[in-house]
Amino acid sequence: MPSSPAARPRVGLFATCLMNLFRPNIGFATAKLLEEAGCTVEVPSAQTCCGQPGYNSGDVDAARALARQVIAVFEGFDYVVGPSGSCMATLRVDYPKLFAGDADWLPRAEALAAKTHELLSFLTDVRGMKAVAADYAGIATYHDSCSGLRSLGIKAQPRLLLGAVGGLELTEMRDADVCCGFGGTFCVKYPEISSRMADEKTANIEASGADTLLGGDLGCLLHMAGRLKRQGSPVKVFHTAEVLAGMATGEGIGGTSK
Amino acid sequence: MKVSSPQFKEKSVIALADPRLRQALGQSRKGFVNKRAELVGALPEFEQLRDEARDLKNHVLDNLDHYLERYEAAVTAAGGHVHWARDAEEARSIILNICQRVNAKTITKGKSMVSEEIGLNDALEAKGYTVVETDLGEYIIQLAHEPPSHIIAPAIHKTKEQVSELFEAAHGGPRKTTVAELVTEARLVLRDKYFQADVGITGGNFLVAETGSSIIVTNEGNGDLTQTLARVHIVTSGIERIVPTLEDVALFLRILARSATGQETETYTTLSTGPRRPHDLDGPEEYHVVLVDNGRTKMLGGKFQDMLRCIRCGACMNHCPVYGAIGGHAYGWVYPGPMGSVLTPLFVGLDATYDLPNACTLNGRCESVCPVRIPLPELLRELRHMQHQQGIRPQGERRALGAWRFVAERPGLYQFANRLAARVLKGLGGSTGRIASLPFAGAWTDSRDMPAPEGKTFLELWQARSKP
Ligand code: SF4
Repeated sequence: MPSSPAARPRVGLFATCLMNLFRPNIGFATAKLLEEAGCTVEVPSAQTCCGQPGYNSGDVDAARALARQVIAVFEGFDYVVGPSGSCMATLRVDYPKLFAGDADWLPRAEALAAKTHELLSFLTDVRGMKAVAADYAGIATYHDSCSGLRSLGIKAQPRLLLGAVGGLELTEMRDADVCCGFGGTFCVKYPEISSRMADEKTANIEASGADTLLGGDLGCLLHMAGRLKRQGSPVKVFHTAEVLAGMATGEGIGGTSK
Repeated sequence: MKVSSPQFKEKSVIALADPRLRQALGQSRKGFVNKRAELVGALPEFEQLRDEARDLKNHVLDNLDHYLERYEAAVTAAGGHVHWARDAEEARSIILNICQRVNAKTITKGKSMVSEEIGLNDALEAKGYTVVETDLGEYIIQLAHEPPSHIIAPAIHKTKEQVSELFEAAHGGPRKTTVAELVTEARLVLRDKYFQADVGITGGNFLVAETGSSIIVTNEGNGDLTQTLARVHIVTSGIERIVPTLEDVALFLRILARSATGQETETYTTLSTGPRRPHDLDGPEEYHVVLVDNGRTKMLGGKFQDMLRCIRCGACMNHCPVYGAIGGHAYGWVYPGPMGSVLTPLFVGLDATYDLPNACTLNGRCESVCPVRIPLPELLRELRHMQHQQGIRPQGERRALGAWRFVAERPGLYQFANRLAARVLKGLGGSTGRIASLPFAGAWTDSRDMPAPEGKTFLELWQARSKP
C-alpha cells in the first residue's frame, strides 16, 4: 500500500540507463536530495529502461513492452522520480499516448504519469524545497535540456536551487535553451550535424566565462563533456543533482582536462 | 522539382563545410529569432492567439468541403474562375492552358511555394515562356538557378557578396556592394517586367471563403504589381489555405508576421477579389485560382491532419538547430526544416525520404514557436513509426533494437550486461576517465571523447550499500 503522501512519501528512484552505467554518483546524489526532501527512497532492482530508444526509433511495440514493465515495477510507489527530464518525460508525457485506447493499460499509464516527476521539479514544485545545504566554489552555467524544458517546463527550478548553493555563481550562456545535438541515437546517426550543434554550444559555454557546466540530463552532459574535452577545454561538467547534494567533487563528467 | 532527399547525408556534410553558408545562415536566422522573441514578448495575448488560430484551422479542416464550396461560389460570383488540381501535373497543365489561351509571352511571379511544389517554372520555361520571379529572394535564386532554401527567405543561404556577384553577372557592372544598391538595381530591372507581363502568378497566404478573396502578404510590394499589372492573374494555392471570413484573416495576420520575420505586420497585405470590374482603374482582365490537392486530402482525418494547419511562416526552420547547421538545400525538396521533414515524406513518399524524419533530435523548439501549434516532433516520430512498419528502417538498427529489447525485458540480464559494460568501458578509459577512440563507436568518438563509466553500476552499488 502506498503510504500517505502527507507523511514520508515512498519514492521509487528511476535509475536512468545512462546514469546507471556511466555515473552512479548522480543516482546517489538524487537519493540524498530526496531524503533531504523528506522522502523514503527505494531503488527497485527489477527496473531497466523506460523504452524511449524504441519509441524514438519507430518501434512502438518495444516501447510499449518496456512501458508495461516500468508501470508494473513502479506503480506501487507514491512517486516515481529520476534525474532526467528526458526519461521522466517519457513516463509522464508519452506513456499515456502509447496506451491511448487501451482500456487495461491506459488508466495505469495515466496513474503512473501523474505521480512521475523529474528530480528538480519534484524537489521544488512538489516538496517545496527552497534551499540546499551545499557549497560549490565556481562559476556555473546551466544548459536547459530539451525534453525537460519543453515537455516538463523545467527552467526556473534548477536555477532556484542552484542559487541557494554557497559559493556558486550562476551565469547564463547565450542560447541556453538550444539543443546540444545529442538527441539519443541522432548523435551517432548524424555525427557531423551533431558535432556542429555541440560546437555552437561549447562556444557559448566558453563565452559565458563559466568554469562549470551543469544540466539535468546525463545524455546531453556526456555529449557536451565529450566535445569540451576533445577541444581541450578546462570546463568541468556535473549533473545539477551532484552540485545540489554537495557531491560534485573530483574532475566531473569526462574526467581530467588535458 | 526533383527530389534529392536520398542524398541528405552527403549534402548535409557538404553544407557543413561551406563557410559562406554558415555566415549567411547565422546572420539572418539570428535576426528572425531575436525579433520574433521581442515582439512576442510585447504581445501578452500571443499564446492565446496561437490557441485561437489552432482551433480555427482545425474547424476549417474538419469542414473543408463546406468552406471550399463556399469559396468557389464566392470567386465565381466575383467573376473569377476556380480550377481544381488533383496533383502537380494537373496543376501545371491548367496553368499552361491558360497561358496558351491568352497568348502569353512574359510571365511574372510573386513568391509561391505551391508553384515550387508543382514544378511550375520548369514547365513554363520548357514551353518557351519568359518567367520572371519578382520577389527579391526568388529573383536571386532564379539567377543562380537554385531552388529556394527557406520558405519565406528563399535566398537565405546567399551572402551579400554572392548576390553582388550574381547581379554583376546578370545586369553588368559596376558591382553594387550595399544592400540598398542591390535592392534598387533589382527594382529597376524588375519594374519593366511588370508592364510587359501577360500573366502574373502569385501564391495565396489566405483564401477567404466569405468573399472569394485571395490574400498575399509581402514586404516588397512585388506581389501587388505582379497581380494588378498583368492581363491575367493566376493564384496558386493549396486547398488548406481557406479561412472562413475576413475577420478571421485578422487573427492570422497578427501571428503570421510576428512568427515569420518578427514584424508586427508585413509591409503589404493585399486582397484580390475577381478580375477588374468596369469602374475599376486597374486590375487583371481574368482572375483564376488553381487549388492544388497534391496529397493534402490524404492527410485529412488522419494522424497528419495537424500538419495542414501550417501557415508557412518559417518559424520552425528559423528555430531549428539542425536547419541552422545545414541550411535548406540538404533536405532535397521544396519544403525544408521541420515542416518540410513532415511534408516531404507525405508528398513524395517515405522511400526517398528516409533521413528527413530522423535527422532531428526531437528537441521540440519548432513546436514551441509554431503559431498554429503543430506537434512537429510527434509527427516526425509518427513517420519513424511508419518507416518501421514498412520495413524502411535499416537492418542494423532493427537488429540492435531487437537485441536491446530482448535484454531490457529481462532485468537480471540487463543488470548483468550493464555491469559488464561498466567494467569494459572503464578499462578503455584508463586514467583519463574518457575514451578517445572506441571500436564500433567511431560515429561518436571521431569528434567527441566518450566519458568513461566509473566501473560499477548504480544499481550494483546501491544494492551493496543497502545490504546490512
Ligand atoms: S509548421 Fe508551424 S512554424 Fe513551421 S512554417 Fe508551418 S506554421 Fe510556421
